[in-house]
Amino acid sequence: MIEKVLKGKSTYWMWLAVLGTCIAIGAACYVRQYMFGLGLTGMSRDVSWGLYISQFTFLVGVAAGGLMLVLPYYVHDYKAFGRITILGEFLAISALIMCLMFIMADLGQPLRGLNVVFFPTPGSMLFWDMCVLWGYLILNCLCGWVILTAERKQVHPPKWIYIFVYISIPFAVSIHTVTAMLYCGLPGRHFWLSAIIAPRFLASAFAAGPSLIVLACLVLRKFANFDAGKEAIQKLTTIIMYAVIINTFFFLLEFFVGYYSGMPGHIHSLEYLFFGLEHDGHVYNNLVPFMWTATAFSFTGLGILAYMKIAKVFDYRLVGVASALIFLSLWADKGLGFVFGGFVPNPLNEVTEYIPTANELGITLGIWATGFFILTLLYKIAVGVEHEIEA
Amino acid sequence: MYNKGTIIPGLVIFIVFVTFPLWYNGLNAGPVPKPDLPVGEKECVAPAGEMRDNHMKLLNEWRDAVLRDNDRANVKVGGKEYRKGLQMACMQCHTDKEKFCDSCHTYAAVSPTCWDCHLTPAEAASKKETH
Amino acid sequence: MDNTRRKFLKIAGAAALAGMSAPAIVKLTSHTAFASEDAGHATPAHGEAGAHGEPVSTGVRLGMVIDMRVFAVQPMLLDQAIAACNKVHNIPHFTDRKNEIKWIWKAPYANVFPEQETLHKSEMAKTKPFAVLCNHCDNPSCVRVCPTKATFVQPENGIVGMDFHRCIGCRFCMAACPYGARSFNWQDPRPFITNYNPDFPTRMRGVVEKCNFCGERLALGLEPACVEACKGTGAMVFGDLNDPASEIRGVLDKEFTIQRNPAAGTRPSVYYIV
Repeated sequence: MIEKVLKGKSTYWMWLAVLGTCIAIGAACYVRQYMFGLGLTGMSRDVSWGLYISQFTFLVGVAAGGLMLVLPYYVHDYKAFGRITILGEFLAISALIMCLMFIMADLGQPLRGLNVVFFPTPGSMLFWDMCVLWGYLILNCLCGWVILTAERKQVHPPKWIYIFVYISIPFAVSIHTVTAMLYCGLPGRHFWLSAIIAPRFLASAFAAGPSLIVLACLVLRKFANFDAGKEAIQKLTTIIMYAVIINTFFFLLEFFVGYYSGMPGHIHSLEYLFFGLEHDGHVYNNLVPFMWTATAFSFTGLGILAYMKIAKVFDYRLVGVASALIFLSLWADKGLGFVFGGFVPNPLNEVTEYIPTANELGITLGIWATGFFILTLLYKIAVGVEHEIEA
Repeated sequence: MYNKGTIIPGLVIFIVFVTFPLWYNGLNAGPVPKPDLPVGEKECVAPAGEMRDNHMKLLNEWRDAVLRDNDRANVKVGGKEYRKGLQMACMQCHTDKEKFCDSCHTYAAVSPTCWDCHLTPAEAASKKETH
Repeated sequence: MDNTRRKFLKIAGAAALAGMSAPAIVKLTSHTAFASEDAGHATPAHGEAGAHGEPVSTGVRLGMVIDMRVFAVQPMLLDQAIAACNKVHNIPHFTDRKNEIKWIWKAPYANVFPEQETLHKSEMAKTKPFAVLCNHCDNPSCVRVCPTKATFVQPENGIVGMDFHRCIGCRFCMAACPYGARSFNWQDPRPFITNYNPDFPTRMRGVVEKCNFCGERLALGLEPACVEACKGTGAMVFGDLNDPASEIRGVLDKEFTIQRNPAAGTRPSVYYIV
C-alpha cells in the first residue's frame, strides 16, 4: 500500500514540498538549539515550560479526538463513519508522533531520554504518559494498517484486531487523562490544581480532533475526490458542538470557583489570561488578545454550527469556517493559555512573561509540518485504497 | 534465486561500504596510545589492567555511592587517602587530563561527558581565585 | 517455507520486544528501585491536635532555622551567606532573570510567604530581605514527579538530592516545586562562573539544580557554607530535626517559627523566626 504515496497530482507534490521546506527550517533550528541549549527559547526560570510542552498537550487531545470516530463506528455500529474512521486513526498516529517530537525538543538532555526506561519511576506521571502515548501510537498503527489492508482486499478484518480496537478506546481516554495528571497533581500551581482539568481536556479533545478531521474531509473532497458523506460530516459537527459546549461549561466553572471564592491563587492565572495581572505597578497581559480572540472564535463557530442545525441548511464552506474557528480557539485555550497561564504568577508571586523566540517558533513549525507531512502520506494511502476499491 | 543481477552487486557494494574504515586505514590500527603516567606513583585503586578495562564502571559506582547512597568512605591507595571522585581522587595523581585520559579516548573515538561538569586540573587552574 | 519464515519473524519480533522491555521490568520488580523513596520515611504520627495522622520521618532529618531577627540587624550577613554558597558550588552569575541559577537568594517577605501576606506587616517584614532556599521537604513533590529518580530523598539524612548525571532536563520538578527553589541550566554555565572551586563540579547545560544542603561538606564534617558564613551569630541553625537534644530542636522548642506554604503538604525542613 505504501506505493500509493509515490503517485500524485502536482498539488500533492507542491504541498509536500511546502511541508518539506518547513521541516528543513525546523531541523536547522533544532540543530542550533541542540548545540547551544534551551537558552535559545523564550523559556525562563519562572516559565519553565513553553511552546513545546503546550503543543504537546494540545496534540495529545487531537490524538484522543479520533475516539469520536472509533467509538460510534465500532461500538455503536454507526455505518456513516465507515469511510472516515481510518482518518481518525491516521490523525492519531501523526498527532502522537508530533507529541513525542515536542517532548524530545523540550528535553534539556535529549540523549538521556531513555533514562525514563532505564530507571522506571511509577510514581511519576511522565513515566505513565510515556507508556500510554507509545501504547496508543502502536495500537493505532496496528489497527489502522490491518483494517485498511483488509478493506483493500475486500475481506472482513481478522477477528483478533477488534480486541485491539476495543483496547484503544480506553487508551484514548487514558492518554489525555494522564496528560492532565501531569498538571493537576502539582501542589504549588493553583491554576492546574483542579480536578476538572482531565474532563476539560477530554471535552476540548473531542472537539479539536473531530474539527480537524472535518477540515481534512473538506480538503480531501476538494483535492482528492474523496467524499466523506454529508451525514458523517453532520454527525461530526454535532459531536463538536456538544464537546465545545461542555468544554466552555467546565471553563466557566473555573471562573466561578476562582472569582466567587475570592481566593487569590485561584484568580491570578485567570486574571492574567483574560484581563491582565497587575504586579508592582505593571500590568502583564500578553495573552489577553489570544484568549479573547479564542473566546470570540469559539462562540462564532458554535453559532454557525447551531444556525445550520436550526435552519436545517448544510453548506460545506460554513462547516469549514466553523471547524477552523473552533480548532483555533481550542488551540489557543490549551496550546497557549493553559500551560503559560499556569506559570503566572510563580510560587514566589512574581510575574515573568513568556514570549517564544524565532528559533523556538521554527522548531515548532518544523514539528507541526512533520506531523502534517506524515498525515498527508497516510491520508494519501487511505484515499488511494478507497479509490482502488471503487474502481 | 531471483534478481541475482541486483542482489549480488548490491551485497558487494554493501560489504565494501561497511568495511571501508578497515581498508581505508590499510588494515592498520595505527600507533597504540601511550598515556602519560603519574611520576613517582606506583599504585592505583586497582591493578593497571583492571583499571584500563573497568575504570568507567568504577567511576559510575563511585558516583552512585557518593550521590545516592551517601557512602563517601575514602579510598586508600598506597597509604594515602582520597575522597571518592574523578576530581577528588583520580586527577590528584593523573594531573593531566589531556595527556592521560584523552590519549586513549581520542584513539578509541569515545567522548565521555565527564568533563562537561567535572573540572580538569587545567580548567580548575584557569579560573583560580586571585586575592 | 513461507510458513516457517513467518514463524521465525514472529518469534524474532517478540524476542526483540521482550529484550527491549526487559531492563524496565527487571528494575520495576527489584526492591532496590524503591529503596531511596521509602527507607525510614513512613511512621504515622500521633498526638498533635491539628494533625490527621500524617506520617513523620524517623532517623536523621536535617533542617534549618533562619532567624530573621539576626539578619535584620546585620544587613551584610545574608549577602555573605549567599556569596559563600555561590563560591563553594560554582554557581554561575547571570545578570538576566531568565537564566538565573539560585541555590540560596534574597526575596521580600511578600514573595517568600505569599500565603501569609497581610496588609499591616511589621517593619521587618516590610523592608528586610528574607533568605530563600530549597526546603528539603519530607514529602517533596519534585521527587514524586521526577521520571528518572534524578532527584531523590537521601534516606540517611532527609536531604533532597540531585543526580546531575541522570537528569534529562524535563523540568517537571520545576513545575512541581511549590517554592520556586529549582533552577535550570538554559545554557553552558561555565563562562559565567568567575572562580572555580576545584573541589566541586560545575553543571552542564540542560540539567536542573538546587541547594543540596552541602551534602559534600557534611561528609567532611563541615557545616553548610551559608551556615558557616553566619557562624557565631545564630542567624542560621542547622541540625537534625528528629533529635530532641539537638541545637536546632532547642531553638524550635523555644521560638515561634513559620514555614513556607505548609498547606502544600510537602512538610518543609526549613523554619523561619520572623
